[in-house]
Amino acid sequence: MSALPELRDLYQELILDHGRHPRNLRKMAAPNREALGNNPLCGDRVTVYLHLGDHDKRIEDVSFEGQGCAICMASSSMMTEILKGRTAAEAQAVFDYFHTLCAGEEPSAAAPPVAGDDFERLQALAGVRDFPIRVKCATLPWHTMQAALCPGGLGLSRVSTEGKS
Amino acid sequence: MTAARPLFRAPPDALDAEALRRDFPALNQKIHGFPLAYLDNAASAQKPRAVLEAMTRFYENDYANIHRGVHELSQRATNAYENARKTAQRFINANAADEIVFTRGATESLNLVASSFSRAFLREGDEVVITELEHHANIVPWQVLAKERGVILKPAPITPGGSVDAAQVEALLTKRTKLVSVAHVSNALGTVLPVADIIAAAKKRDIPVLLDGCQAVGHMPVDVRALGCDFYVFSGHKLYGPTGIGVLYGRKEWLAEMPPWQTGGDMIESVSFKGTTFREPPARFEAGTPPIAGAVGLAAAIDYVSAIGMERIADYERRLADAARAELSKINRITFYGPRDNHSPIISFNLEGAHAHDVGSILDRCGVAARTGHHCAEPLMERLGVPGTTRVSFAFYNTPADIEALCRGLEKTREIFP
Repeated sequence: MSALPELRDLYQELILDHGRHPRNLRKMAAPNREALGNNPLCGDRVTVYLHLGDHDKRIEDVSFEGQGCAICMASSSMMTEILKGRTAAEAQAVFDYFHTLCAGEEPSAAAPPVAGDDFERLQALAGVRDFPIRVKCATLPWHTMQAALCPGGLGLSRVSTEGKS
Repeated sequence: MTAARPLFRAPPDALDAEALRRDFPALNQKIHGFPLAYLDNAASAQKPRAVLEAMTRFYENDYANIHRGVHELSQRATNAYENARKTAQRFINANAADEIVFTRGATESLNLVASSFSRAFLREGDEVVITELEHHANIVPWQVLAKERGVILKPAPITPGGSVDAAQVEALLTKRTKLVSVAHVSNALGTVLPVADIIAAAKKRDIPVLLDGCQAVGHMPVDVRALGCDFYVFSGHKLYGPTGIGVLYGRKEWLAEMPPWQTGGDMIESVSFKGTTFREPPARFEAGTPPIAGAVGLAAAIDYVSAIGMERIADYERRLADAARAELSKINRITFYGPRDNHSPIISFNLEGAHAHDVGSILDRCGVAARTGHHCAEPLMERLGVPGTTRVSFAFYNTPADIEALCRGLEKTREIFP
């Protein structure tokens, strides 16, 4: 059997590590935002918890709970690492950038909103672009995070990335 | 290439899968550079050229709307449609063609019974008995009834081995039980249910039984009169026929007492603003223009598998599935769900440490089409304590080469998820 390079691209060590040992996989004691993401057809399910600062809406803490495939768990885990300490507006910009990568589109000429390790994490996750049916697995936690960021989204949001491009 | 040890020994009269494969144009292609190993037959089966050609021929030569026209084409189309009904009748050995209702698929057949049978025979507090391993299509219609009409839905538990014990179904039967509705073969696990025992238990109490035969009809001989069931449902597309056509078999005594569930053209006797009278079954249940070409395609599919012989198909697929189970057992930390001695061509499993969807994607890149997830049986998955499984399901056109491709794909999965 050939090396199947695109499989290696998707299931690279960084993804597998986060999939096996997800970071920030815990229920948050006192989140002030949370949302549930659920892809019922494939069974991926994540709850994203956020604690936003009172004044600057900075993400002081972010965690998640749930179950899903390696891609969904790795994406959730890496997302929590990338977003911690960012403002809501910055989180949105990172999400937009990630979405562009997953869709296989050229990112805008502007500098990416992430650098260093965070940049590498997003690049690794963006390997799903070669597996169109799996893009929803990678984007589920991000859409869920976005719903949680919406004012008033405490526990009410129900998010799905099935049936979306 | 060295001569591989044969995975199983076929008797001399076994069907020739290599030859039959050539009747299926879709099987002859590469997926991601590998020959397609199509192991998702329980979701839908591929179509032989005989089906495609029958439908094309019908559309090119004989097509018109049925029943209403006096013209030649309408007559030909009506004949083709009604002959398809007779073909379906013979295939499952129903007593009369009138006991065959064409629907859009098994889901619609189940919804028809849930809607119509319940209006005729179910009152608040009456019970419908199902099992924990049913497809959602044999759960949700009853759940809706339960909510809207106060009917009580009672699921019989599965055994730890993923089977159903007829005694546990029987234990649920009471004076208020008005229908037992169970799978003939589980779509998620491949379990062949002890339907003879379940039907016998229900008959003792004069309770009618519906069998969901979606996973049975294409893979074993089915004789509804020998089974003694009151209703039997299946889809055309899992039987190598087209999508959009299905069958509801119902014993005449029941169908005659059941009201229409959809209304419109073709199902009425006479319409006036004072009132409308309805035709006898099966027309009563076929409002509007039915899937005429679908019925023609289904009949061609039935003729095709009948010519091979359902016994031979069942025998070959069992050998193939047994060989596959033996090969898969060699993979590290594999868990099978469902009975080992299934006698159905469905195998459901998980590799510890690898989520079913990751397994599915890796298999796909190796040219293997398998299904992963909850298989529209969430209550069953919850009962098994897993979010989903990987399911491979064989057809008579699968060969040992497909098993080898599957095993290579799973070895690849183990490389990535050691």
